[in-house]
Amino acid sequence: MEDWRHAGFGLYIHWPFCQSKCPYCDFNSHVAARIDQSRWLQAFQHEIDRIGALTEGRILNTVFFGGGTPSLMEAATVQGILDRIRATWTLANDVEITLEANPGSVEAGRFDAYAKAGVNRVSLGIQSLDPDDLRRLGRMHTVDEAARAIAIAQSTFDRVSIDLIFARQNQTLSAWRDELNCALDFGTSHLSLYQLTIEDGTVFGKMHAKNLLKGLPEEDLAADMFELTQEITRAAGLPAYEVSNHARPGDESRHNLIYWRMGDYAGIGPGAHGRLTLDSARFATEAERQPTPWLDQTLTHPGSAERVERLTPEERAAEYLMFALRLKEGASLSRFQALRGSPLSAAGLAEMIDLGFLHQDGDRIRTTETGVMMLNGILRALLADRLSAG
Amino acid sequence: MISLDRIRNFSIVAHIDHGKSTLADRLIQSTGTVAERDMQAQLLDSMDIERERGITIKANTVRIDYVARDGQAYVLNLIDTPGHVDFAYEVSRSMRAVEGSLLVVDASQGVEAQTLANVYQALDAGHEIVPVLNKIDLPAADPERVKQNIEDVIGLDASDAIPISAKTGLGIPDVLEAIVHRLPPPKGDPNAPLKAMLVDSWYDAYLGVVVMIRIIDGVVRKGDRIKMMQTGAVYGIDKLAVLKPQMQDIPELGPGEIGVFTASIKQVRDTRVGDTITHEKKPCDQPLPGFKPSVPVVFCGLFPVDANDFEALRDAIEKLALNDASFTYEMETSAALGFGFRMGFLGLLHLEVVRDRLEREYDLDLITTAPSVVFKLHMKDGEVRDLHNPADMPDLTYVDHIEEPRIKATIMVPDDYLGDILKLCQDRRGIQLNLTYAGNRAMVEYDLPLAEVVFDFYDRLKSVTKGYASFDYQISEYREDNLVKMSILVNEEPVDALSMMVHRDRAEARGRAMVEKLKDLIPRHMFKIPIQAAIGGRVIARETLSAMRKDVTAKCYGGDATRKKKLLEKQKAGKKKMRQFGKVEIPQEAFIAALKMDG
Repeated sequence: MEDWRHAGFGLYIHWPFCQSKCPYCDFNSHVAARIDQSRWLQAFQHEIDRIGALTEGRILNTVFFGGGTPSLMEAATVQGILDRIRATWTLANDVEITLEANPGSVEAGRFDAYAKAGVNRVSLGIQSLDPDDLRRLGRMHTVDEAARAIAIAQSTFDRVSIDLIFARQNQTLSAWRDELNCALDFGTSHLSLYQLTIEDGTVFGKMHAKNLLKGLPEEDLAADMFELTQEITRAAGLPAYEVSNHARPGDESRHNLIYWRMGDYAGIGPGAHGRLTLDSARFATEAERQPTPWLDQTLTHPGSAERVERLTPEERAAEYLMFALRLKEGASLSRFQALRGSPLSAAGLAEMIDLGFLHQDGDRIRTTETGVMMLNGILRALLADRLSAG
Repeated sequence: MISLDRIRNFSIVAHIDHGKSTLADRLIQSTGTVAERDMQAQLLDSMDIERERGITIKANTVRIDYVARDGQAYVLNLIDTPGHVDFAYEVSRSMRAVEGSLLVVDASQGVEAQTLANVYQALDAGHEIVPVLNKIDLPAADPERVKQNIEDVIGLDASDAIPISAKTGLGIPDVLEAIVHRLPPPKGDPNAPLKAMLVDSWYDAYLGVVVMIRIIDGVVRKGDRIKMMQTGAVYGIDKLAVLKPQMQDIPELGPGEIGVFTASIKQVRDTRVGDTITHEKKPCDQPLPGFKPSVPVVFCGLFPVDANDFEALRDAIEKLALNDASFTYEMETSAALGFGFRMGFLGLLHLEVVRDRLEREYDLDLITTAPSVVFKLHMKDGEVRDLHNPADMPDLTYVDHIEEPRIKATIMVPDDYLGDILKLCQDRRGIQLNLTYAGNRAMVEYDLPLAEVVFDFYDRLKSVTKGYASFDYQISEYREDNLVKMSILVNEEPVDALSMMVHRDRAEARGRAMVEKLKDLIPRHMFKIPIQAAIGGRVIARETLSAMRKDVTAKCYGGDATRKKKLLEKQKAGKKKMRQFGKVEIPQEAFIAALKMDG
């Protein structure tokens, strides 16, 4: 069996536009005055045709519209893309088609049309249930709008997920507890709960560098919030299945599981990444980040806006470990060894087990409750012998 | 040759900021020695560091032609001396090269400790002293009080003190007249064998080593074969000049004159300040008295932050050594810091100046280890060893007792801060020798261990007195005390660069402060880390750095794999700036910051 078949095949579509740029966000998003959606549809269709030819005969497990703000796409654009996808691949019976949406009233008005086009899951960027924090995070929606959007989504789609950001400026442990409980009351079956991360190149990053971002929680408080998050979601029946993702068992994001279990995925759109196994070799693809050059190049020479790199066994194994250890189910030592051609460093593994960060159960290694919070350090320790070579 | 009665040689004695350099600039400017357009503030302090810190490190000189009110033309030689205790010997030689001093005192402040030390040097050299009250234009100026202060503290008649403002130029003509009429001309015999004092020397990129001399007797001419009496070296004079302040060639220099020469001398190290220069063929019979070779008293390790810069550091030190013979250096290897140099300096300021120059002029990032003094180890077998580096401390069973250098410190301070000063000196194992008052200013003399003074004493002094205290010291003697080596252990591993010699009674406090500081400076690791201070095998202070709790990327999806891998690699590369001790990584800053201790 080819390695990717452990996890399946998905398609990621990147819509690179937002109404405004949020100060914390370092995703490839752009604000544009005019967008010719028919040209974009055409470009996406070209890419679907090209990748379809490379992956002929595969069953497609998932489609994910990410961004940017995909809920700014006209329903016809989504429809056009999904029609072409259905004409290209055989869809799995339980195909998951997710679209990321802002919980504003305008977007909620399109939910019905998206569902008719085939979208069966939405992921709503709620981020906060505090009006002041929503403004501070640069979000355009209100708490009421968010609540309405969640309700509409729940009556429209099979599955709904909401995103929240914690460890915000001046946030206390008890405020986060209240907010998380409120969020659980909406009754969605999936929650993505992210610690606020200050990224270089963002507005927050620049403010942070100038020491203007006051009240960010210290490491210990952030750790307490993370632990509390695990406790509350577990009690509510939506335990963590990944570092920041929580779901009712069975309602995990199948698309994201393809990443974490290291399946194959094609990425379409500006800045999109893909991993495709072709003739037993695994390739990493990365598309041009700027929307206009990507669009022009793709329309004239499909595939020309993409860089392709063949991954070494070392890189494949490292990626596998980086992703798989994020999951509660952990990583398989034999799969790692098969990918790399040599086993994981026994000394590094023993040290991490000794520190109580990893737990080994036969072929599987998993992070412990303290270990999941230390994953970067664990990966450095496990891959220390090879990182510099990569 | 100029007749002796038309020469006046003088120096200026002043505390930092009391306006020495500004006055020198005014004298140069008002006599037209330097054209207006070539003036830059503080002409004589030629190093950037000197100008920035407002201090003089190398002696500088300028020859001023002045037509006095009596219509006669005079040659005035000003030697601008180093103003800091680290360079006390250099100051004493400069003082011997001139006959008089201007004592410049800030009319709003009064006499400071450093001024006092230099005035004593001037009096010791037999100078005539003319008091000058500067900054008379300031609203806070109180000339009568300061005159009284000069009389009280120094015992000098200040009734004829000249009120000036070096800033505005007020009173400058009076100063020039006073130099001519109140300072004595030099003495000397032009027909006697050549006898000249080596006042200073420096390296010039074009000319090689330039030697500044004061002629006592005889005449020196270009082309002469001369001999350095201490080193015995013989040279031919290639170039003879006076400084105005640029070099101006001159055919000969006679008694009382001050000038410079070059003689194909390769290194400043080949010249000794205070040496006597005479003719090879017809030498004088006695060298000048008072020659002392320079002896470093403060030592520290200097290591490149980037180990690859070691060769660059070696080059830089060798180049600096061309111009500064007063520091010593030898290679040192530290488990913590890799390859570097153990360097000896005349004092703390000298250390800072050399380090700053290495960093700035040679663009190096350096780690400085704790400054240390030379301890004398009296071994049980009777041998006496110098200990320059605490890391080299032998097993105590072989050591009979340890001696450390003591200093006599003079501190002048407004009496409001006296209590703080006494406490500080007491805390540093000081013994009070004397306490006197002049007006509302106290003068305290303390016997202190030099080791306690090199350890951020200046910083503490400045902070407890809000900068109002002035401080000076001279080394007095070596004395036995209960001294021990304190080691620092991080995660049970000794860190040699952090070990230090301390007094047994102070070891707990010092150890506690050090481990607390390190606890803040060392980043958390994946495991908890004990940080200990120990004497021999006995732990005297301990802190535990708790383990890191959270280090995980919140978002990691399909597109993030590449980025995540780069991030992990970057974090790994970042560790190169850390020093590894067993499993613990200690950042460079920790070494530097750990040595800056309060209390």
